[in-house]
Parts: sequence; C-alpha cells; structure tokens
Amino acid sequence: MKVLVPVKRVLDANVAVRVKADGSGVDLANLKMSMNPFDEIAVEEAIKLKEAGIAAEIVAVSIGPAQAQDTLRTALAMGADSAILVKTDETIEPLAVAKILKSIVDQQAPDLVIMGKQAIDDDSNQTAQMLAALLGWPQATFASKVVIADGKASVTREVDGGLETLELDLPAVISTDLRLNVPRYASLPNVMKAKKKPLEEIDAASLGISLAPTLRVISTARPPERKPGVMVGSVAELVDKLRNEARII
Amino acid sequence: MSILVLAEHDNSALSPATARTVAAALAIGGTIDVLVAGADCGAVADAAARLDGVARVRVADDAAFAHQLAEPVSELVVHLAGDYGHILAPATTTGKSVLPRVAALLDVMQVSDITAVKGPKAFERPVYAGAALQTVEATADTVVVTVRISAFDAVAETGAAPIEPVAFTPAAPKARFVSREAAASEGPELANARIVVSGGRALGSQEQFNAIIKPLADKLGAAIGASRAAVDSGYAPNDWQVGQTGKVVAPDLYVAVGISGAIQHLAGMKNAKVIVAIDKDPDAPIFKLADYGLVGDLFELVPELTESL
Ligand SMILES: Cc1cc2nc3c(=O)[nH]c(=O)nc-3n(C[C@H](O)[C@H](O)[C@H](O)COP(=O)(O)OP(=O)(O)OC[C@H]3O[C@@H](n4cnc5c(N)ncnc54)[C@H](O)[C@@H]3O)c2cc1C
Ligand SMILES: Nc1ncnc2c1ncn2[C@@H]1O[C@H](COP(=O)(O)O)[C@@H](O)[C@H]1O
Repeated sequence: MKVLVPVKRVLDANVAVRVKADGSGVDLANLKMSMNPFDEIAVEEAIKLKEAGIAAEIVAVSIGPAQAQDTLRTALAMGADSAILVKTDETIEPLAVAKILKSIVDQQAPDLVIMGKQAIDDDSNQTAQMLAALLGWPQATFASKVVIADGKASVTREVDGGLETLELDLPAVISTDLRLNVPRYASLPNVMKAKKKPLEEIDAASLGISLAPTLRVISTARPPERKPGVMVGSVAELVDKLRNEARII
Repeated sequence: MSILVLAEHDNSALSPATARTVAAALAIGGTIDVLVAGADCGAVADAAARLDGVARVRVADDAAFAHQLAEPVSELVVHLAGDYGHILAPATTTGKSVLPRVAALLDVMQVSDITAVKGPKAFERPVYAGAALQTVEATADTVVVTVRISAFDAVAETGAAPIEPVAFTPAAPKARFVSREAAASEGPELANARIVVSGGRALGSQEQFNAIIKPLADKLGAAIGASRAAVDSGYAPNDWQVGQTGKVVAPDLYVAVGISGAIQHLAGMKNAKVIVAIDKDPDAPIFKLADYGLVGDLFELVPELTESL
C-alpha cells in the first residue's frame, strides 16, 4: 500500500506572532519555520503503518517555496521514502492546495492520504475534506486511531461529545488529531540518510491549476487587548471580587 | 439573497449551535432557510421552525443522514445549493467535516470559523491561534462559511416557520458509521455554558482532576474544560479540550486551574467575560490575561474555594 502525506511549512508553534503595523499581514521574516504539527503526526502514522508491514511506500508532498524542501527533508528523515515539492512563491489557498494535491494523487495513485486536520497558521481546517471531495473519496477527519485491514480503514475520530468510529473503503483521506500518536524525532544518522532520498521538484504553474486567491484579505489586525487584571491574596478576596465587583457568582 | 443554514442536531434535539449560526445569517441579511438532515428528526425540524428569523425549514429525513456523515450530507447540500447565495454551518466537528466538502464540490473556498460579519461577503476570522484577526472578502457567487458559535448570541425561539420535506437519495456510502462512545457529561454543555472550570497538567491524574475540578464545577453549575496537556495525559476526555485546536468558549466566567496559558489554550478562552487563574507560578502567562489571579497550590486553594461558595 502506498501512503501520501501532504506536509505544510508553517511558522513554528513556539514563535510569537507579530502582526505588521500597517495591517498588511503577519511578519514572517527571519522567524523559525517548521512542519505543521498535525502533519508530523500524519508522517508518524504513515511510518507506523510501514513498520507494521501495512504500508510499503510513503511519499511526502509539500506546496510552497524552495525552503519547503527543509520540511520535506524532515519528513524523509522521519521515515518517508520520497518527496515532491510543488514549488510556488505565492500564498496558495486550501482549495488550490487541494486541487494540486488531487493532481499529485492522480499521478501517484496512493491507497491512502494522511494529512493534518488544521494548519496552525491559517487555521482553515478544510484542505483534507476538500481533497476527499475532489477525489470522490471517503474521509475521516480528526483521527485518534487508525486500523487498516482487508482493504478498509477503521478510524476513530475526536468529535464533539466523545469518540466516533467509521469504516472507510480505500482509497480514503484521513486527517489527524492530537491524540493519534507522538511523532518521533529524526535521529542524526537518519537526517544524513534523508539527504540522499529522492526529492522531486514540480513547478506549480505547470499543473494548469488556477492558483489565484479567491478570498481577498482586506486587513490583518492585532486582536483587542484585555484590560489588565489584579492579583488577589486569598480565596476569600477572590470570592469577594467575584461576588461584589464582577457580580458573576 | 438567500441563506442556507445547516442544522446541528442528534436526530432528537436541536443543538444551540444552530440558533447562534442563524444569528450570523441574520447579520449577513437575507431569507434564511434551515436544512435539517437526519433520520426520524421531526422534533429537530419543529425546534428549528421556532428560531426567529427562519423563513423555512427543509427536512431531509432519511436513514442515509442518520449519523451526519460528511459524504451524504455534503451531496445533499450541494443538491440544494443552487437556491442560495450563502451556505452556513456552525464550526462544530460536524460542520467542519461537511462544509469544506460542499465548498470543494462548488469550486469555492470556505471561510472558516468566522467571528464577525463585516459585510454581505466580508467576514472576520482569527488566524495563528487568534494572534491575528483577518478580515476577508469572498469573491465567488456562493459563499460557504463556518461560524464560531461562541462569537454569536443565539436568536430567540418565538418563530413558526413552515416545514417542507426534501427528497434526495445520496450515492452508496464509502464511509460507514460503526460506533459512538459518548464522553461522560452531567453538567452543562461546554460550548454553551455560562461558567467553565478548566484543569491543566498540574492536576496530575484523572482521579485528582475529578476530585479537585468537579466539585468546584458542580458548586458553580459550570461545565468542565481542560488543557491539551490534561487531555493528552488522559485526565479528561478529548472533547473537553479548550483551545486553538479544541473547543472555543466565551463564558461569563472562566476559571483556569493549573494551566500555564500557552497561546494555543488562550485561543479557546480569551473572550470570556471574566477570567480567573489559579497557578503556583506567579510568572505563568495566564496571569497576563486573568482579571483575577491567585498564586498558590491548587490542591489547597481549589478545595478552599469550593468550600467557601
Ligand atoms: C499544534 C498544537 C495545538 C495545540 N492545541 C492546544 C489546544 O487546543 N488547547 C490547549 O490547551 N493546548 C494546546 N496546545 C498545547 C499548548 O501549547 C500547551 O502545551 C498546553 O496548553 C499546556 O497545558 P497546561 O497549561 O495544562 O500545562 P503546562 O504548560 O505544563 O502548565 C501547567 C501549569 O500548572 C502549574 N502548576 C503545577 N503544579 C501546580 C500546583 N500544585 N498548583 C498550582 N499550579 C500548579 C504550573 O505552574 C504551570 O503553570 C497545542 C499545541 C500545539 C503544538
Ligand atoms: N501548502 C501545503 N502543502 C502541503 N500540505 C498542505 C498545504 N496546505 C495545507 N496542507 C495540508 O492540509 C492540512 C490542513 O490545512 P488547512 O486546511 O489549511 O488547515 C495540513 O495539515 C496539511 O496536511
């Protein structure tokens, strides 16, 4: 079985976000970029399937600038077999990402696509579902457990109110949630080996897909700040403030 | 202009998320229809018909929709989409699963998780865990939107809209429902609670989480929330996670207990009216946000607080 894992290069989760003063966007200059955390979970799950003898091959794919090569090398160092960079310097919306991924799926013919539920920069939570729709494949979003057997995927999902289990025919698209696994760190020898693994580059413009954004970003602003609070010295003082100042209890 | 709102329900009860999504639709302006897709869901349709501002309830009552699976429901919505300029759903796990499929099939982007309506096609939405607020305008003819329910107040229930059946049979399913394991919950629903008490990693175990957090929540009539660390460690079920990638809440009172205040957690609760933080580290970032901060050992302070209420 072949597994395709889309990975996005995003601002590292531990870096403080700075909104540009002119409202034109977020300042990303010289900041640490990393693989989207949910995509690390997706890569890990694919590697687990390979270690279990279920997956034979893992292909990582990223859509982004030349530097997204680093993200793909990380996936290769974790254990992916090969990588594809669909290169573009433009900001590509989830719908266009899904269309590009569809063309990669058409060419690679994977049995399973595992991807993140959400990119922690745009917080869109839509690309996996869109890809599944464009392919006419079933989907299981927010996966916390995946079992593959007899050409089917049994996926437990983190939903409002608890957990839900679905059975999907393959091929299918699965999006990862936080509890699916704990992604491994790439060891130094594996980082060295990853440098020799194949990484193919495709020019996004060559795919004949419209990449122009369809949502016009009017402004990007800092959220309003809360007014400063106070420290209280005791439980009694806290209860008094909640009763008589905030009048909330 | 017509707007279709996808109802959130469990076949027997309409979720309050729907009344909040209708409020977002009212802010956009236009004739509002609510679509109830389910099985034996007549009571849900009746409840939807009572929501103020709703012109018509359309009901697709069919076993195929019993579990709100994304494939059949998105096919149904696309089948009806021609009648509408906007399609809205609450940003619940169901809405988030269904609506991007609808958007892709209509060849438009989804505007995810909006927190305000700025114009007929313009919306505010948080990005980067709420560290920035973007205003975006959709350019396509059909506008597909998921609504952050904590950002909109529910419409009242004094209406009496007509209910009309929709006949539609989706394609044979490639995804099938197997089972559902409901998280134990006795108190109010987290997403709609007036007061939320949340516990973090500091609780140390599921037993201590229950022994410390639950009595305080019970005393306050509060729903219980948790940080990611508490959920990852198994102290609390997954659907209690508050944050960027969990639930977003905006209660009147939010009590954070042993939660440091990482930006991913703040993203889910910083719009609470009043925030209380109890933590032993005076430098914990949660105190920068808290209206009332109390430094000390939660294992002493929280029982004392519960006792004194
Ligand atoms: C992709 C991604 C998504 C994420 N999504 C979310 C999300 O949706 N929600 C979320 O919450 N997090 C999320 N996180 C995790 C987030 O970054 C933090 O790791 C997490 O919120 C920390 O949880 P915590 O505050 O319980 O634990 P910690 O940060 O470890 O804080 C524990 C606190 O308890 C205090 N403490 C310890 N003992 C005591 C005591 N006896 N009495 C009083 N205080 C005590 C400590 O001083 C400390 O402040 C996400 C992270 C990533 C990378
Ligand atoms: N530029 C990209 N390159 C590769 N994968 C992507 C890209 N954008 C989004 N994805 C995938 O889609 C998931 C969800 O992203 P989003 O819908 O933007 O929140 C991510 O976790 C990735 O797996």
